[in-house]
Amino acid sequence: MIAVPPFPLPFDPTMAVLLIPLFGVALLAVLPFYRLGARLNVLLTFATLLSALYLLVERPPMGRYLFVDDLNVVFIVLGTFVGFTTSVFSASYIGHELEIGRLTPANQRFYHAMYQALMFSMNLALLANNIGLMWVAVELATMSTVVMVGMYRTHAALEAAWKYFILGSVGIALALFGTILVYMAAQPVIGEGYDSMVWTTLVTKAHLLSPDLLNVAFVFLMLGYGTKVGLAPLHAWLPDAHAEGPTPISAVLSGLLLNVALYAVLRFKMLLSANPGAIAPGPLMVVLGLVSLIFAAFMLYRRRDIKRMFAYSSIEHMGIITFAFGMGGPLANFAGLLHMTMHSLTKSAIFFAVGHIAQVKGTQRLAEIRGLTESHPVLGWGLVIGVVAIAGLPPLGIFMSEFLVVSSTFAREPLLAVPLVFGLLVAFGALMLRLTEVAFGEPTGGMAPVEASYVPLYSHLALVVGAGIYLPGPLVVWFQNVARLLG
Amino acid sequence: MERFFLDVAHLLAGGLVLTSFMLLYQTRMSSLLVVFALQAFVLTLAVGWQAHVQHAPHLYITAAIALILKAIIIPYALSRVVVRLGIHRSIETVGGISLTMLAGMGCVALSMVVMMKAMAAADPLTREDLAFALSVVLLGMLIMVTRRNAVSQIVGFMSVENGLILAAAGAKGMPLVVEISVAFSVLVAFIVIGVFLFRIRERFDSVELQVLDDYRGERR
Repeated sequence: MIAVPPFPLPFDPTMAVLLIPLFGVALLAVLPFYRLGARLNVLLTFATLLSALYLLVERPPMGRYLFVDDLNVVFIVLGTFVGFTTSVFSASYIGHELEIGRLTPANQRFYHAMYQALMFSMNLALLANNIGLMWVAVELATMSTVVMVGMYRTHAALEAAWKYFILGSVGIALALFGTILVYMAAQPVIGEGYDSMVWTTLVTKAHLLSPDLLNVAFVFLMLGYGTKVGLAPLHAWLPDAHAEGPTPISAVLSGLLLNVALYAVLRFKMLLSANPGAIAPGPLMVVLGLVSLIFAAFMLYRRRDIKRMFAYSSIEHMGIITFAFGMGGPLANFAGLLHMTMHSLTKSAIFFAVGHIAQVKGTQRLAEIRGLTESHPVLGWGLVIGVVAIAGLPPLGIFMSEFLVVSSTFAREPLLAVPLVFGLLVAFGALMLRLTEVAFGEPTGGMAPVEASYVPLYSHLALVVGAGIYLPGPLVVWFQNVARLLG
Repeated sequence: MERFFLDVAHLLAGGLVLTSFMLLYQTRMSSLLVVFALQAFVLTLAVGWQAHVQHAPHLYITAAIALILKAIIIPYALSRVVVRLGIHRSIETVGGISLTMLAGMGCVALSMVVMMKAMAAADPLTREDLAFALSVVLLGMLIMVTRRNAVSQIVGFMSVENGLILAAAGAKGMPLVVEISVAFSVLVAFIVIGVFLFRIRERFDSVELQVLDDYRGERR
């Protein structure tokens, strides 16, 4: 840790990351003006991003309620960054929805307040030094996204919100049972009360906890939080929620919320790895990851809705990331972290592009979107770069992380690499097939120019392309440290 | 005295499992809601007993929430929704009752085996409380998968939640139990209000999930 901060701050950056969005909820809920609301939303997420960046410079001391370490700071910085760029995209997106009357001014107030509530709950889940508090925060994040998914009040949107609600609730119920079991395991060792739920205490005493109880707890936690990650047998809510809600929400769901749930899984995985008597958590994660990857790869072929297709692609990538973390070891963990970062950036960029496309074409149906590079060159090529990146073509960022996942698997478990590569290739084929149809050929549908800023889209793409060509040394060292921490 | 504490706790937790079984075989909506109110009442007693045994006054708050919200307000609100939707007489179940009951017994056996083995060293009061709680959770999920109607799925979910509250109350000295039960109550209230609102706005012709499936994007 750096002992002397470069300049003193009048406030604690950890609290700022939480309090700014919380303040935003109250403020934006009462502001009736759309433009002001959208601008303030951008401003507040930017302030949150700045305080998150400050956490990189000066690490606050470990608290009993909140803490910052090498692992969660990655998630926080990534999350607040995507949250900020999405708020920029959302300003123009929601403006258009208000113009065409799909949303009312009351809706937008509610939407902006919920956006900040989501930012708050995600940061709280990442910062919490208490497994109970983390659970409450994940539940809050679920609630705020559910209401945003159902915001259009169409049959499809309400059904999606309902499904998300029921499956998400069952998921968090399972996670809570797992959390209680972890407490039960810790209570005889650490003692009754608050300390037995404090993460930093738990992990230092992990080797003393009852391994049998931890095993049962991990199964519940993996299934519970795994539902929120969108892993295969429990993924049913994910495509609907992505397709029917406003597009900025699809971007934050894929870019942030799935990562937060994954973070929870990783924390408990660390707990189990620290206990010699417990089962290895890796194989369960590897199996769930591979099943998600292969299942989603095949499902990609049958999609007719553009947002639904990229939702399945998110399941596929969460599968790859879970697989990588399940393999464990410095190299695979490094690859998993890198892949998670690249996927968040690329997938939210794709959803930015898709949002503009759906607005100018007036449809989300793949069959009715043709020749985008002809009718809207800037937007069309943005989508092409995004999809090429997400499919894993060199030299973009995702190629590098996927290559690392595959090569580290080949080195250790060559047999597992076969289904992995198979899944990757199947998904690649599906994405390329759809991309050529959508991007090239005779243009169809609306030809109106896009009245929005391309800055969020291209800044994400620039980062992904840049990372594929050159990864800065300090970033590599940092990720390597985190990878070692994950064990 | 210890023995007596244990026996009463057993009786109440076992009563909760029993009411879960009763929920499984109800074929009418209105009786399902009555049984659910009964379950919430048993939960109140069980949590209240834990509060007394553990000398943990904050658990009385959890018990009070269970009594007021889940034994009175929510069953009442749901029965009004159900009457208004005209579905108070029937429940559609997937598979026969006897098969469901057999699956339920399997769930209870599974949770007993798992918890007794995993917590062999723990204090018997907590161990058996947790085993019963897991049975209630699994039976609640069974209710959710065997019903197609949205309102009975809510009942299933609340029954899962009852199991979790029992588990949390049984875990000695666990912090945040009250907060967690409040968080869950908010969640359930959201669900109930949701169903209520959608109906008022006449967005759904039915709350049968089977019908909702037809609106999915795949078939557009």
